[in-house]
Amino acid sequence: MIRRVSPFGFARDFASRWDALALIIVIGLIVFLAEASRGLLEPLAQLAAAPLSLDPAHLPAYAARTTLRMMAALLLSLLFTLTYATWAAKSERAGKLLVPMLDILQSVPILGFISITVVFFMSLAPGRVLGAEFAAVFAIFTSQAWNMAFSFYQSLRTVPNELREAADSLLLSPWMRFWQLEVPFALPALIWNMMMSMSGGWFFVVAAEAIAVGHTTVLLPGVGSYIALAIEQRNLAAIAWAIATMLIVILIYDQLLFRPLVAWADRFRVEQEPGARAPRSWALTMMRRSRVIAAATKAFHAVVRFTSRPGRTRSSYVQHASQAPSRSRDIFWLALVVAAAVLALWRLAIPLVAQTSLREAVEVCSLALLTMVRVFVLIALASLIWVPIGIWIGLRPRATQVFQPIAQFLAAFPANLLFPLAVYGIATWQLNANVWLSPLMILGTQWYILFNVIAGASAMPSELRHVARNLHVGGWLWWRKVALPGVLPYYLTGAITASGGSWNAAIVAEVASWGDMRLRAQGLGAYIADATAAGDFHRITLGIATMSLFVVAINRVLWRPLYFYAERKFRLA
Amino acid sequence: MSAVPLLQIDDVRKAFPKPDGSELLVLEGVTLQLLPGQIVGLLGRSGSGKSTLLRLIAGLSRPNAGSLSYLGQPISGPAPGVAMVFQSFALFPWLTVFENVALGLEAQGLPKAEIRSRTLAAIDLIGLDGFESAYPRELSGGMRQRVGFARALVVHPNILLMDEPFSALDVLTAETLRTDFLDLWSEGRMPIKSVVLVSHNIEEAVQMCDRILVFGSNPGRVLSEISVTLPQPRNRAEPAFRALVERIYVEMTARPRTAATGARGELFPGLGIGTTLPRVSSNLLSGLMEAVAAEPLQGKADLPEIASRLQMEIDELFPVAETLQMMRFAEVEKGDIRLLDAGMAFANANVDERKKIFARQLLSYVPLAAHIRCILDERASHAAPMSRFSDELEDYMTAEAAEQTLRAVISWARYAEIFAYDDESAKFSLENPA
Repeated sequence: MIRRVSPFGFARDFASRWDALALIIVIGLIVFLAEASRGLLEPLAQLAAAPLSLDPAHLPAYAARTTLRMMAALLLSLLFTLTYATWAAKSERAGKLLVPMLDILQSVPILGFISITVVFFMSLAPGRVLGAEFAAVFAIFTSQAWNMAFSFYQSLRTVPNELREAADSLLLSPWMRFWQLEVPFALPALIWNMMMSMSGGWFFVVAAEAIAVGHTTVLLPGVGSYIALAIEQRNLAAIAWAIATMLIVILIYDQLLFRPLVAWADRFRVEQEPGARAPRSWALTMMRRSRVIAAATKAFHAVVRFTSRPGRTRSSYVQHASQAPSRSRDIFWLALVVAAAVLALWRLAIPLVAQTSLREAVEVCSLALLTMVRVFVLIALASLIWVPIGIWIGLRPRATQVFQPIAQFLAAFPANLLFPLAVYGIATWQLNANVWLSPLMILGTQWYILFNVIAGASAMPSELRHVARNLHVGGWLWWRKVALPGVLPYYLTGAITASGGSWNAAIVAEVASWGDMRLRAQGLGAYIADATAAGDFHRITLGIATMSLFVVAINRVLWRPLYFYAERKFRLA
Repeated sequence: MSAVPLLQIDDVRKAFPKPDGSELLVLEGVTLQLLPGQIVGLLGRSGSGKSTLLRLIAGLSRPNAGSLSYLGQPISGPAPGVAMVFQSFALFPWLTVFENVALGLEAQGLPKAEIRSRTLAAIDLIGLDGFESAYPRELSGGMRQRVGFARALVVHPNILLMDEPFSALDVLTAETLRTDFLDLWSEGRMPIKSVVLVSHNIEEAVQMCDRILVFGSNPGRVLSEISVTLPQPRNRAEPAFRALVERIYVEMTARPRTAATGARGELFPGLGIGTTLPRVSSNLLSGLMEAVAAEPLQGKADLPEIASRLQMEIDELFPVAETLQMMRFAEVEKGDIRLLDAGMAFANANVDERKKIFARQLLSYVPLAAHIRCILDERASHAAPMSRFSDELEDYMTAEAAEQTLRAVISWARYAEIFAYDDESAKFSLENPA
């Protein structure tokens, strides 16, 4: 069961001055982290813990560690969502900066975060695994938190007026309003986004476990490190074991965590589409019948009741009225933000100008253009293949039932586990790395196109299809006037997700290795990967900033206008 | 021309496969001949297979047995010359009014100039001038359905199929559209020879049709055929019109001829545990009883009259009346509803007494309710999972029907306080949450 969630959480304007400020501050923060950690860069001892082993018997334990990291990151993301998004939604002033900041953060390549933060986090717990664990969890967190926060922010802003008024008239305190109205209302969309976040997260957990920045090399016990070791030792059997393990882990996660969550959250949906069947989950039914779970829920409700004391009984309208005009505070806030931006700019510009030449900046931009061409060509190719197939599947309910979960599953599967196989093939047949490494970027993300198109085609009302048959609309005319426009909004959602994911994947896809053999394609991803391997923080920053700029620009210039155009024109009223 | 009928349907049967391999029969033994110059109405409640028949005629699905032929040719797919108008309008939201109407002509591969002139002519005919470049979302419901008509008419069909075309519109808009349509039809300005109209509105059928086929359900079949000879335009207040409406009500509430054998096939087949129950809320049941018990009706009412008084269509009214009949609160016959003693007592009782009366009738006359209560009484835990009963019901009916039936019983039982149900754990119990 698929619901479409807008990938753009806020206003439709192209850009505002708040976007610029947000961009500067975000990049400034990254530089600050890098600066702070550079001084602490001492050769750290290798992990003293037992070295990794390729024995498949260890895989369950490794998988458990990997899963635990995912859970930790998910909880962190949830915490971030509940605070950051709430702040952004409740405070007009803060929201002006926080929301565009979220949009920029969303565009920063996640693997870039790892290279910059790993040293910082390791300095927090020197010589111990804990620091590296922090870094890995933080990397996964950055792959999950932003879109969850966006969805929550959007829900908070769209709580139906009547429910808001009902809460007012019942004199709910802000705390009660939050837990009794706002969180339940936001849950279905939030859980859907958590699921999407997890899909992306597996990719990065695999990448984040084997960390190598400059002199710092860490292999955290987990499936990702297992794969890295297998690549180093050219062990195909071990890679096959790891892939099988990952398949099982994702399956378990889906069945035990997300299915029950989605089925449970269904009751919080305010508007019920008629005919849509409620999602079901055997695990949820089991939990509902269990006494342990029942006791736990009771305890939770007790906590909610205990904390739900009647607070100051002022309605939100009264609050708004009393807070409305406060120019001096506005000006103070703006001054604060501008000061932060100036500081960030100063920290950003001086080292960059000192360390990098104009020629290098131009070169980085041309590399980014190269990667951009790759992403667009791949999205186009994937669309050519998957859109017709997706429509074909979506119009056949039985095929949809079979293929939709498979497509979703493939989207969640970390494609980087398959990279070694591809590299092995490229090396064996002596293929051109510039061309043949490219498909790896879209290996994992193309499925977003497929399952969104399937969802779009199966959501097409049967009466529209009947009209087409009744009027004998067939062939190219049918594709042009009926099928393609019908799935366009869904297709765009998929293409946008796929495009964002492909930029992220570029960092691991443009440089790949098999044992001591190293393949390299020209591009911004390879540039960042090289800078990371060399521990060159200025080049990492430059690369990441350029990539973020490109992704933001492409979103603003291309995807967002297209998306809103499609929403307006092609929405089935 | 008159030698070959436009449409010939012989003994058509349609069934859908059920998940367990057996089949769900929706239409049986339907025979119909359509001659030029007629508007034929298919009248029945939802589930009587009338929309299924319309889709068979349109060539959108195939019958399991029997034959359909159009101008002497068997229908094996969507036939050219058969156009359709949908209840939900079914306009393409991404095409303008002009493009929506032109689509069927483009599919025929006509030259551009001809497409343009015919499209504009159809738009003009149906009163949409000036809206050519509008998108469907910019139009009101009535205007949208006009586009639906123009799109069907532009291909110059011989037969126009209409699937409850006015039921998604408000009363006033529907009436305007109906009279506009009848004006164009009687003036012969529409390029069509015949119309098949599906409706669940008796007055609409009497107003528009030359022949009305009354459909019964379980399985869908033709109960009777009524020809309407009143001259157009017809006046709803006229006695002859009212008499015809009354007659159709009588037809539709008639006890089936098999009643003597004990099987009441029409309303509640079987009437054992395996009876499919309609989801009718206890509020509606008590509301209807109150309305019939009140002055000036005093326990006996004419169904058409009570329908217009309560502003209910037959689709809404019949299930309520039949549920009252099943629980022996009332008798429905010959277009009338008459409250029995239990019904009168219920209408005059206070809240607590009402619950007691309702519980008594429910346990006596709805075997499933009595069955569930009995199981709960027998079990030491006084609890049972829903699957215990849904599995049992699915021996008799589809999974959806079983779900609907259980939901109906749950809501009545909750009102009567004879057992409780917890949706979280999907469990029945005797515990009263209070």
